[in-house]
Amino acid sequence: MLKSKTFLKKTRAGGVMKIVREHYLRDDIGCGAPGCAACDGAHEGPVLEPQPVDPASSLCPQPHYLLPDTNVLLHQIDVLEDPAIRNVIVLQTVLQEVRNRSAPVYKRIRDVTNNQEKHFYTFTNEHHRETYVEQEQGENANDRNDRAIRVAAKWYNEHLKKMSAENHLQVIFITNDKKNKEKAIEEGIPAFTCEEYVKSLTANPELIDRLACLSEEGNEIESGRIIFSEHLPLSKLQQGIKSGTYLQGTFRASRENYLEATVWVHGDPEEDKEIILQGLKNLNRAVHEDIVAVELLPKNQWVAPSSVVLHDEGQNEDDVEKEEERERTLKTAINEKMLKPTGRVVGIIKRNWRPYCGMLSKSDIKESRRHLFTPADRRIPRIRIETRQASALEGRRIIVAIDGWPRNSRYPNGHFVKNLGDVGDKETETEVLLLEHDVPHQPFSQAVLSFLPKMPWSITEKDMKNREDLRHLCVCSVDPPGCTDIDDALHCRELENGNVEVGVHIADVSHFIRPGNALDQESARRGTTVYLCEKRIDMVPELLSSNLCSLRCNVDRLAFSCIWEMNHNAEILKVRFTKSAINSKASLTYAEAQMRIDSAAMNDDITTSLRGLNKLAKILKKRRIEKGALTLSSPEVRFHMDSETHDPIDLQTKELRETNSMVEEFMLLANISVAKKIHEEFSEHALLRKHPAPPPSNYEILVKAAKSKNLEIKTDTAKSLADSLDRADSRTFPYVNTLLRILATRCMMQAVYFCSGMDNDFHHYGLASPIYTHFTSPIRRYADIIVHRLLAVAIGADCTYPELTDKHKLADLCKNLNFRHKMAQYAQRASVAFHTQLFFKSKGIVSEEGYILFVRKNAIVVLIPKYGLEGTVFFEEKDKPKPRLIYDDEIPSLKIEDTVFHIFDKVKVKIMLDSSNLQHQKIRMSLVEPQIPGISISADNPNMDIDEPERKKKKREK
Amino acid sequence: MAGLELLSDQGYRVDGRRAGELRKIQARMGVFAQADGSAYIEQGNTKALAVVYGPHEIRGSRARALPDRALVNCQYSSATFSTGERKRRPHGDRKSCEMGLQLRQTFEAAILTQLHPRSQIDIYVQVLQADGGTYAACVNAATLAVLDAGIPMRDFVCACSAGFVDNTALADLSHVEEAAGGPQLALALLPASGQIALLEMDARLHEDHLEQVLEAAARAARDVHTLLDRVVRQHVREASILLGD
Repeated sequence: MLKSKTFLKKTRAGGVMKIVREHYLRDDIGCGAPGCAACDGAHEGPVLEPQPVDPASSLCPQPHYLLPDTNVLLHQIDVLEDPAIRNVIVLQTVLQEVRNRSAPVYKRIRDVTNNQEKHFYTFTNEHHRETYVEQEQGENANDRNDRAIRVAAKWYNEHLKKMSAENHLQVIFITNDKKNKEKAIEEGIPAFTCEEYVKSLTANPELIDRLACLSEEGNEIESGRIIFSEHLPLSKLQQGIKSGTYLQGTFRASRENYLEATVWVHGDPEEDKEIILQGLKNLNRAVHEDIVAVELLPKNQWVAPSSVVLHDEGQNEDDVEKEEERERTLKTAINEKMLKPTGRVVGIIKRNWRPYCGMLSKSDIKESRRHLFTPADRRIPRIRIETRQASALEGRRIIVAIDGWPRNSRYPNGHFVKNLGDVGDKETETEVLLLEHDVPHQPFSQAVLSFLPKMPWSITEKDMKNREDLRHLCVCSVDPPGCTDIDDALHCRELENGNVEVGVHIADVSHFIRPGNALDQESARRGTTVYLCEKRIDMVPELLSSNLCSLRCNVDRLAFSCIWEMNHNAEILKVRFTKSAINSKASLTYAEAQMRIDSAAMNDDITTSLRGLNKLAKILKKRRIEKGALTLSSPEVRFHMDSETHDPIDLQTKELRETNSMVEEFMLLANISVAKKIHEEFSEHALLRKHPAPPPSNYEILVKAAKSKNLEIKTDTAKSLADSLDRADSRTFPYVNTLLRILATRCMMQAVYFCSGMDNDFHHYGLASPIYTHFTSPIRRYADIIVHRLLAVAIGADCTYPELTDKHKLADLCKNLNFRHKMAQYAQRASVAFHTQLFFKSKGIVSEEGYILFVRKNAIVVLIPKYGLEGTVFFEEKDKPKPRLIYDDEIPSLKIEDTVFHIFDKVKVKIMLDSSNLQHQKIRMSLVEPQIPGISISADNPNMDIDEPERKKKKREK
Repeated sequence: MAGLELLSDQGYRVDGRRAGELRKIQARMGVFAQADGSAYIEQGNTKALAVVYGPHEIRGSRARALPDRALVNCQYSSATFSTGERKRRPHGDRKSCEMGLQLRQTFEAAILTQLHPRSQIDIYVQVLQADGGTYAACVNAATLAVLDAGIPMRDFVCACSAGFVDNTALADLSHVEEAAGGPQLALALLPASGQIALLEMDARLHEDHLEQVLEAAARAARDVHTLLDRVVRQHVREASILLGD
């Protein structure tokens, strides 16, 4: 069964290296078609359908399989992912080329291959005796691969003919390369371009829009005028970067001005600098987040960053002159000091294009099929797409991918990918904010789901190995109402020796998610569960998150337990970690638990256990605060949803009960105990969480704000900050303490995950703990899963694997987790903001009292405690006369005409929804009290139409 | 550029083998007339030559002689042209000393040394081309050479390497697979009794996976035995024809 053949490969890596590799050719590789007698049973996994009937193509009416080449796979993956395209043969040659050229596409194609319904088959043609081809003299690698693909296609056609002469199964070769197609047809292989084939699918006309338009012939209708200078090839760029003539950096487009961008040059810390690019030609087709090479312009051409706000509104291709005029307007304020290094893009090192969300701006010409697409992100240029369903897509949120940006085109070319739904529709907007914050939210792929345990599931003998049976303990869980992913449960009991045993039981997710498999990789990629106002984007499939891992009451569940023996002063005498099986006796909400503790009539096991926990928690909390842990505040709100329409009907700030802090206290304790343990065992590769102390300058605003209200805040240590915050109280103004705490929160640094071997500062500032990690929520955070694995290895309950003890891999993982956490936070905020908008849309205009949180040069930031809403009141507007503004940085205060605003001043504002820009609706605030003539508006303005852009003029007339 | 995919989703390795398959093995015995025994083996692109002298009187210092058994002296060397880059390898460098010691351990376990007290058996192995699994090739070549010399042994010693990638044990690693940096295990087995003559691993691998990898290496070593046995029988048949009986 083994035919062997050796061949030589030469590669040049610095010097000349001769690499000899063996390459075995086999005769036992199956063709993937079921019922094929020649290679019966040689194939496994998802295979092709015996009778592929459905794609009714006018070009090839017979049943057929598709065989795409590399470029089709790379560029038309959107089409291939469509459920209408099935029965595709993916050659190993093609797959390898894709793997080398684009990791994201490779991942997508693997997901498709794993999906049984798509019937994609990977044929290992390079190792098949009859389809292997050797590189010929004078033939380059690309040509060889093309030939290999054609040979495989030919072999398939002949092979299938042998198998069933009567049903004429065909393999159709799909390539966009003209020459390749001609050669294939010469050799008798039915071949079409992707466009031809997709257009022939009469049953699925909508597929055409998803085609990427990159064919050279497609775009030559453009005016032949060349707008941009050519990008240099990569080799030249690398040479230039090495010699220092070019600089490499990340391109960051400006949000305010489409003609301006900065390039952030990476390098040594002292070399870190930003280069300004101005003007369309100097930007030279770079798109936000691309890695580019820039050339510095001579000093006499340097410019200053302009403060002008410019948005691209041009519909027409030909107004390049107008652009130049605009560019000139940028170069006004010439001040020698303001000038910054300026450059121009000479080439692109790496494109970082992703599919973008946005809206279609329909072309003025009715019949036109070319339209411009405006992305939601202002930093992304508008994209030209070709579609026949423009009228259907108008007013919808859509996704578009960029295909290329030719030199003679003002805008990049792209293709339509997906229609998300109506603008303003809740589901659409949720989808948009998930996409824009890069939150992976697709349903879990088949490959991932295949690693889930089979239902019905129960604990087996094997599961109980290395596991303690704690099912007899009286364990209960306390969570917010409606929580389905319960990852922690507690118990507390008196021991015979008079001490107390307290246990924290955490769902044993790492038992189900084994390292390295698709499920693990997917969870690692997602990093965290994202909670939006009315939706949860799970990190692990629902079967685990809401069922098998969720520590629900009265069912046996696997857990990871941390058990302390404490005395009645809450001093830890002993700590022990074990994998366990538990059976929770009750799932309580915070309110229910509180009620049990408070009501004297209840004296069952659960209640006494809760009381014991509560008592200990109070001692723990007191001790923690004495050590200098901070109690901070942020205005958090919950929406009350209408049960039918799911529209928000009311807001409520979150309520805190004693039981909240009880659960929190034990979670903190467990996290700290685990952090100590894993750091002890794995000093080099423990995953920990730190919270760096903020630099003193961060506190300036807080100290100044307090001083203006005659309060003193000390910030030298966390302890003194906590104490002075506690002392800061004013009898006349009780809310000031909360405001100060909110401000203090803004001064803090971000807490981050890190690998203990890569850092030496472990301190957690906010919790005043020398070491900390996350252990208690493995269902919703991936970091906890890693910590579980580390701990399991430390206590000998589970086995290790190489990645776990690789600190560089761990550091990479931390980077991803930190990024995902940040993005999840932003997405959550965006979701709250959107729901606030919905709320005010239904509510109309309201006047509310609020407090000034910050004073800016031309605006004040106002917090409205009732809604937890923060907004900015601007005093300068484009088409209004500028009021007299005097800003004092020291106090800080802002004097407008004759009124002075300080931080924490009480004001009254009017809140309304500004929907003048459909794509970016926002909450708008305007001042009502104190009244300043010409600036504030009256509280009862009856004929204010919030949707009318003329609003501003009306205001002026009053 | 993504790194090499050592095991594809379809279950093929870089060179087209499946996880448990060996590379092609070709071997010849009695390649040199002057030596008491000699053999040449090719395992894929790894090529090794083994020569055996003895048992004979102790050469050099008599003090080294063992009163109850024979002294097994093993020397390993590799040709300057054995790897992709031409490199002079002096005798007595760390790697070849270590390899010599390992070979010695292996063959002391297999050769019935107590039959030849106060004498010496020399085994010289040279690697002509290295493409992964040099230790295994050396042991297999030396086994054939010792057999060729007619020195009594307990059993064949068959060696094979194994690695661990994507939760699958790979048998008989090639150079590309070794260079990828995963765990790598070398096993020398006495196939008839299933006894282990030598087991070596220098990377970290969890205990729970060890059995799986060991099993793969042992199965491969048994496959090697089948092949070597065939070579020996063929050689004996040819020799007997020449002798004319």
